[in-house]
Amino acid sequence: MLNISGTQINFLKVRVITFILSAILICLSIGAFFVNGLNFGIDFKGGTLIEIETSQEIEISGLRDNLNTLELGDVQVQEFGSSKNLLIRVEQQLGGDQVQQDVVQIVKESLESYLSTDINFRRTEVVGPKVSGELIQSGAIAIFVAVFAMLVYIWFRFEWQFSLGAVLALVHDVILTIGVFCITQLEFNLPIIAAILTIVGYSMNDTVVVYDRVRENLRKYRSKEITDLLNLSINDTLSRTIVTSVTTLLALLSLFIFGGEVIKGFTFAMIWGVVVGTYSSIFVAAPLLRYLDVKREWNTTSAVDSTR
Amino acid sequence: MLYFSNLKTFSVLSVIIITLFFAVPNFFSKDQINSFPNFIPKQQVNLGLDLQGGSHLLLEVDTEEIIKERVENLNADVRRVLKKNNLNYSNFKVSNESLKFVVEGFNSEIQKEISELSMSNSQNILAMGDQTNLIITQEENTIQINFTEEFIKQSVSNAVAQSLEIVRRRIDELGTREPSIQRQGSSRIIIQLPGIDDPDRIKSLLGQTAKLTFQLVDTSVNFDPFNPSKAPIGSEILASDADEEFKYIVKKRIMVGGENLVDAQPGFDPQTNEPIVSFRFDRIGATKFGRVTQQNVGKPFAIVLDNKVISAPVIREAILGGSGQISGGFDSEEANDLAILLRAGALPAPLIILEERSVGPDLGADSIEAGQFAAIIGFIAVIIFMIFVYRYFGLLADIALIINLFMVLGVLSLFQATLTLPGIAGIILTIGMAVDANVLIFERVREEIRNGSNMMNAVENGYKRALSTILDANITTLIAAIILFFMASGPVRGFSITLAIGIFTSVFTAFTFTRLLISLNAKRLKPNFVGLSKNA
Repeated sequence: MLNISGTQINFLKVRVITFILSAILICLSIGAFFVNGLNFGIDFKGGTLIEIETSQEIEISGLRDNLNTLELGDVQVQEFGSSKNLLIRVEQQLGGDQVQQDVVQIVKESLESYLSTDINFRRTEVVGPKVSGELIQSGAIAIFVAVFAMLVYIWFRFEWQFSLGAVLALVHDVILTIGVFCITQLEFNLPIIAAILTIVGYSMNDTVVVYDRVRENLRKYRSKEITDLLNLSINDTLSRTIVTSVTTLLALLSLFIFGGEVIKGFTFAMIWGVVVGTYSSIFVAAPLLRYLDVKREWNTTSAVDSTR
Repeated sequence: MLYFSNLKTFSVLSVIIITLFFAVPNFFSKDQINSFPNFIPKQQVNLGLDLQGGSHLLLEVDTEEIIKERVENLNADVRRVLKKNNLNYSNFKVSNESLKFVVEGFNSEIQKEISELSMSNSQNILAMGDQTNLIITQEENTIQINFTEEFIKQSVSNAVAQSLEIVRRRIDELGTREPSIQRQGSSRIIIQLPGIDDPDRIKSLLGQTAKLTFQLVDTSVNFDPFNPSKAPIGSEILASDADEEFKYIVKKRIMVGGENLVDAQPGFDPQTNEPIVSFRFDRIGATKFGRVTQQNVGKPFAIVLDNKVISAPVIREAILGGSGQISGGFDSEEANDLAILLRAGALPAPLIILEERSVGPDLGADSIEAGQFAAIIGFIAVIIFMIFVYRYFGLLADIALIINLFMVLGVLSLFQATLTLPGIAGIILTIGMAVDANVLIFERVREEIRNGSNMMNAVENGYKRALSTILDANITTLIAAIILFFMASGPVRGFSITLAIGIFTSVFTAFTFTRLLISLNAKRLKPNFVGLSKNA
């Protein structure tokens, strides 16, 4: 039987440490963004991706050398899940949208003549420069719109202090997620944008639950010191925060391990986001309220209701 | 709060049963479904191309080409009018969208003549009641002619609509299974082809404008086909379709065009057994073709497709019946494709492929299998964990979770929303997050009990208190899902759909179904039912 109810952990006491930790991680992320940059997939960079399955194991370096003689620019070959599954990436060709189409044909013919095994072409993706430019733009816009929508929603439902705190925590989560992709150089593609948007939703969900309790306790304990009150609120909701994170992580881990190679990057981003989002609601969003001068006089009618 | 009237119980159960009803077909094969009685729904979840295998193509109509063609036509019209009026022009400049020239003696009469000619050549594009499609400005002797913005917009819009129709005809001719062809934005076309993982043939069919013309070969000059000199005025140099190096000099005047064809079929030449395409003209085409062939017996004429000469046979006798055949050294598939292209008609402008995503049937099947397995494992893990934490209430939440999962499936089938691989991820994520509403409620219940409430009151207040939190928490996720829906397309959009459906069903089940289950046991509830020790 798991029962984390009734804890009295002093979360606010470590706020200086966690703020510094978050600051370091944010600096690392921003640094990695400018030093390494994101490893954009073809969704955002344009180019061609071909996934093949062969009946025998292939010596990758030989194939890579062979494909790099085709004068298609940089051609990457990597294993994808097993040694018989290969992923071939060809960079975007100069000369507009139409020429990208020729790459598939050239690579397919070259593979068929070079490899002596049966080849099953499992996936072919060609993204031209026009579309990749639009995708990256709409992806960035979507994230900004989502964060802004959260800001407005929380402002409506709470007060501007809460809205600001929640959005700062949200920006923290988004930066750390993009940062982990800069550091690990995992491929950053369209599904990762979807993952970030979901993280925005999830992290907000977590933060709202804590904030909801803060608001309730503000009504309930008029004279309680704000630090104590925030601690109490985090402790009140801690059990829920942990249980929901665990169930979500259980589902995501199962997807990460068994869900196949294609959505691995997506699931990784989600798992990271859930961990960071949970951390930020407890150690960033809630402690921030201490500095944001939250209003103590909530309307009394509902306060009566929640005071015992 | 705990009390459920019969009517309420009935409506909650009805909603659930009806939704589950729609999930039923997903557990049977297509054949079994067809043998179902009529009252049972037959729609299965609509699988995205990434799961069933297939090809997605995003095309763009080359609108610059359309405007260029319009400007070229205008160019010819203007020069004709100027020549007819014996006006000498100079500095004639043709830019992307306008004409500019210097001329003396330009007056309103000539301006009117140009406008009328241009209007009569653009009849099918202009809207009713349009007075003019040109803006003519004069500055001393410099004249500039532009098309009106409305006219350009209308030309492009018409060309895209026409392209869409022709793309549809070409793909239908291939007999593809349930293709989906849609217009996107102002000049794009999205094509979804389930079951096709190598769209080479379709791409090559769509990559041709297929403008067919019959033109006479210019025999007035001798020339070397591999190194032609300049073509005489009124003629042009065209390359052979089979051999890029081999050139023809062909008269520019078009005898008959592809728009006069009524039918084209692939076949074999009975004598040589070579694949051919036989065609038939409509009445106008047949008359024109008959007249020209009658006048030019013994001379060669060129069959030109997209500015390349397919063949240039010599006219042996007048062809009056309105039908003929094309042979150009193609194999039977090429003959078949050419027949398709001719039947479907020419595209008004070239199509550019902007994006292609093709998934083979194996990968799709693997993805479904992996997704299902991951879902089952994740599901079992969550179920066990919930019972571990909340005991009896956890079990109730688990029952709700199972119902919830089938409801998502039912809603997907009912609305024929598309399930994609990220969509499966969305369902699995929903498994994890769906219990959240129940977790919030149960935690409240525990708290109430610790504060000394009796079990019944604790449950009542737990639901009451948790409501606003649950709504706030889920609305934030819903906002993210909605933004994702509008921003994304294809597989990622499938994720936002399952996520959104999951939010609705999980909040619904938490507030109605789990509560109903608890209320049915209301009298027997004990604190240890919610995972608290008896003396808590």
